[in-house]
Amino acid sequence: MDILSLFVIIPFLTITGILFLKDEKKVQLVSAFGMGIQLIMAGILIFLYLSARHAGNTDEMLFMKDFVWFKSLNIHYAVGVDGISVAMIGLTSLVVFAGIFASWEVEFLRKEFFISLILLASGVFGFFISIDLFTMFLFYELAVIPMYLLIGIWGSGPKEYSAMKLTLMLMGGSALLLLGILGIYFNSAPDGGQYTYNILEISKITIPIEAQRFFFPMTFVGFGVLGALFPFHTWSPDGHASAPTAVSMLHAGVLMKLGGYGAFRVAIFLMPEAAQELSWIFIILTSISVVYGAFGAVVQKDLKYINAYSSVSHCGLVLFAVLMMNQTALNGAVIQMISHGLMTALFFALIGMIYGRTHTRMIDQMGGLMKVIPFLSVAYVIAGLASLGLPGLSGFVAEMTVFVGAFQHIDTFHRVATIVVVSSIVITAVYILRVVAILLLGPTKDPHYEHLPDAKWYEKLSVVTLIASVAAIGMAPLWLSTMIGKSLHPIVEKIIAISPF
Amino acid sequence: MSSETFILMRHELLLTAAALLVLIAEIFTDPRKGRGGISILSIIVYSIVTLAGFIPSGDGSLFGGMYITDGTRLLMKNILNIGVLLVLIQSVDWLKKEENSGRLSEYIILVLSTIIGMNFMISAGHFLMFYIGLELATIPITALAAFERYRNKSAEGGIKLIFSSALSSGILLYGLSIFYGTTGTLYFSEVSSLFRGENLQILGFIFFLAGMAFKISLVPFHLWAADVYEGAPVNITSYLSVVSKGAAVFILIIILFTVFPVIIDVWQKTIYVIAVLTMTIGNLFAIRQQNLKRFLAFSSISQAGYILLGFISGNELGMATVIYYILVYVFSNLGAFGVVTAISNAAGKENMDDYNGLYQTNPKLSLAMTLSLFSLAGIPPVAGFFGKFFLFTAAAQEGFYILVLIAVLNTIISLYFYLLVVKAMFMNKNETPIVKFRSTFSTKLALGLCIAGIVVTGFASSLFEMIRNLSFGV
Repeated sequence: MDILSLFVIIPFLTITGILFLKDEKKVQLVSAFGMGIQLIMAGILIFLYLSARHAGNTDEMLFMKDFVWFKSLNIHYAVGVDGISVAMIGLTSLVVFAGIFASWEVEFLRKEFFISLILLASGVFGFFISIDLFTMFLFYELAVIPMYLLIGIWGSGPKEYSAMKLTLMLMGGSALLLLGILGIYFNSAPDGGQYTYNILEISKITIPIEAQRFFFPMTFVGFGVLGALFPFHTWSPDGHASAPTAVSMLHAGVLMKLGGYGAFRVAIFLMPEAAQELSWIFIILTSISVVYGAFGAVVQKDLKYINAYSSVSHCGLVLFAVLMMNQTALNGAVIQMISHGLMTALFFALIGMIYGRTHTRMIDQMGGLMKVIPFLSVAYVIAGLASLGLPGLSGFVAEMTVFVGAFQHIDTFHRVATIVVVSSIVITAVYILRVVAILLLGPTKDPHYEHLPDAKWYEKLSVVTLIASVAAIGMAPLWLSTMIGKSLHPIVEKIIAISPF
Repeated sequence: MSSETFILMRHELLLTAAALLVLIAEIFTDPRKGRGGISILSIIVYSIVTLAGFIPSGDGSLFGGMYITDGTRLLMKNILNIGVLLVLIQSVDWLKKEENSGRLSEYIILVLSTIIGMNFMISAGHFLMFYIGLELATIPITALAAFERYRNKSAEGGIKLIFSSALSSGILLYGLSIFYGTTGTLYFSEVSSLFRGENLQILGFIFFLAGMAFKISLVPFHLWAADVYEGAPVNITSYLSVVSKGAAVFILIIILFTVFPVIIDVWQKTIYVIAVLTMTIGNLFAIRQQNLKRFLAFSSISQAGYILLGFISGNELGMATVIYYILVYVFSNLGAFGVVTAISNAAGKENMDDYNGLYQTNPKLSLAMTLSLFSLAGIPPVAGFFGKFFLFTAAAQEGFYILVLIAVLNTIISLYFYLLVVKAMFMNKNETPIVKFRSTFSTKLALGLCIAGIVVTGFASSLFEMIRNLSFGV
């Protein structure tokens, strides 16, 4: 048994455990136990990965395993990780772990809730370890479909509408993606020979440019829908607002990263020529995502909507950085994925906890929470500061790297786009500080809120895990960016080989 | 008759023997004591027939080439047998009802005759044999559709089916007569070598294709399907939409690939249009359906549209994916129909609104339904995902990317209405939900087999490889 497959097997074992559990009350414990092991495994994986690299292993992917699945179509179950996927796995296990604790109080159909949640997580893990496009796609869809039930059953507000909208839009994205994958597959052997779904093998050949021009937009938009690419982002605010806490965390924290990760691991890595040619279209779209998302967050009154729009903005930044296609920007893109994953999960966890106490998410109905629930409020401020890019927290490292990378392009178009995108920092500061001021400071508006209980142990555990990670990346970003940077070399080399800037 | 002949024709002969056995058993049972034993007997006999079908045997032809059998055809027959077996198991409860129990053996014999007809049709090596098989498969089904003759809708369904089948058979026969007129023979092998693609021959081919499109209920020849499906008893509806449709798909792909490779350009274009229309119209009409039988009828129309993507490729991957998809479709659609049957038997309800809140009262049935619908929609990890993916792969291999795009966009529409049912079961509130009931053994058995099939056929790659080895292209 290889270590990577364990990341899919452990969730399935956990699900089986929950299924056969007699006592409904212990469901969270079993889930937390399973996902705790998963977190430890992620730690071990990072350690093993770093020590293998330290020992001088320079393979593109490590811990590779390859099983032939559908022989005649050359479909394999192939896994392997580089620094980027290791980092994403670490992020996922952290967010899932925190998510379990944040949904400790789910009462209604508890078993089903945790099963769907862990099923979603297993899809995400499977996606990050796959290096075969078929299995990658399979896991991608596996991650999307439990969202429908999770939002539709346990959500709030117009949950059925939001769940349907989200599922259909994401599946629409995956429809384009399917076409893109088939296109890559049937162009993976231009000199004859067997077609392949293996990313590493495809990256060695050059897909004919005519095919790239057709399939790059398909693949990029397919992943872009999940990465909240304007104008395909509209599922995101509704979906996030209706989803239960843990689902929002997982979704904004991890699932949206599938989009960014796939966009460069599949779309750009495998079809760099078309990416160069067509990137201007998507740079414009992502710039709109970044700025529009930020402005959207300014005018919202619902905490979840604010954060959902902020996610659109931040995930837009990920795609923007990916499209810059140089070492620094790509490095920033990955760090931004991790940083945003952690802090948005933190945000949604906190919003869920505040909502659980005040039963409203409208900021103008609340106020002065700092005095009442100091732990949660301070945590909220920290999350906000990370989001607006305060040095010392992860957001700063990520955004700084992205902007520096983007500014390395010397032509006017890229410069202008970068400047437009940089302006979003200011807007971000506006909506973060506005929420902090209205929500946490000032007088308590409603007498009912004067005696709210502060965080319980499981909530604290969830919050502290995430804050610690955010701060750790902010304080010591170098090991992470080195790990990612080294893995980016082959990708960047492939891009530079086409057109050196 | 030599033993070799027996082995080559074992499907048809065993089925005939089974039908006779049921008839004899009826004579020896006392109608006053009930004839439940006969349905058990028929299921046991049918399981034996199904198992016997898997005995490997060589290729061969009989009756001077009228009857052909080879690995591919055996596989197709076996897949149909599995479908019929599941339908028979699902029918047990319905046959126990007072109004049906008196005519139990009639039902079984009619079902067996249709499957005998389908087997002959698939094994045909001559257009007349094919036509006889087709009629033997169709006429008993019309009787089955009108089985609940005390219900107007059932009788109406039977009449509609017989009229539309008669019309489609007429059109098909016209096509066959043109083949005969232009080539002087009706043997598949000879027609294929004499076929030149002249205009008259193409006219005949279009008639032939239209006749087959009636049987598979492809747009624009689909209008009979919804009414008949709604009117017929649930078991017959599932039989029609799975086994009957599957058999017609099988023989059509064999004939297209072996008899008409010369005019592949013609039928690729025709099928392109039919596929787009079938998927889109089937899906769009399914959205508005409230009656689950009608809903599944339109869903199965659109499923036929996806299956055409395997046809259009004209290569052996296409044929493999079509056979594989039918196998997956047998399990998925019968899974969905199994739930509808169980609920219809227990509560007499067939509307989508009645399913509101089903998960609260009958969680296992809801889960079975959800898995089946996900498989129909093509959601991993169930088999439908693999089936659809491979169908699209087959079409993409020949460069039909736009068609694949239309198809995947259609799967999104279909996902919408499949999720409507899921939503009804899991999310909608209902003051008078279907009461909790214990499923009977036969329901559990049939659903269990379907779910196992849905899960296993996807992951078991060896199954697909086996099918692929038996397939052939143009």
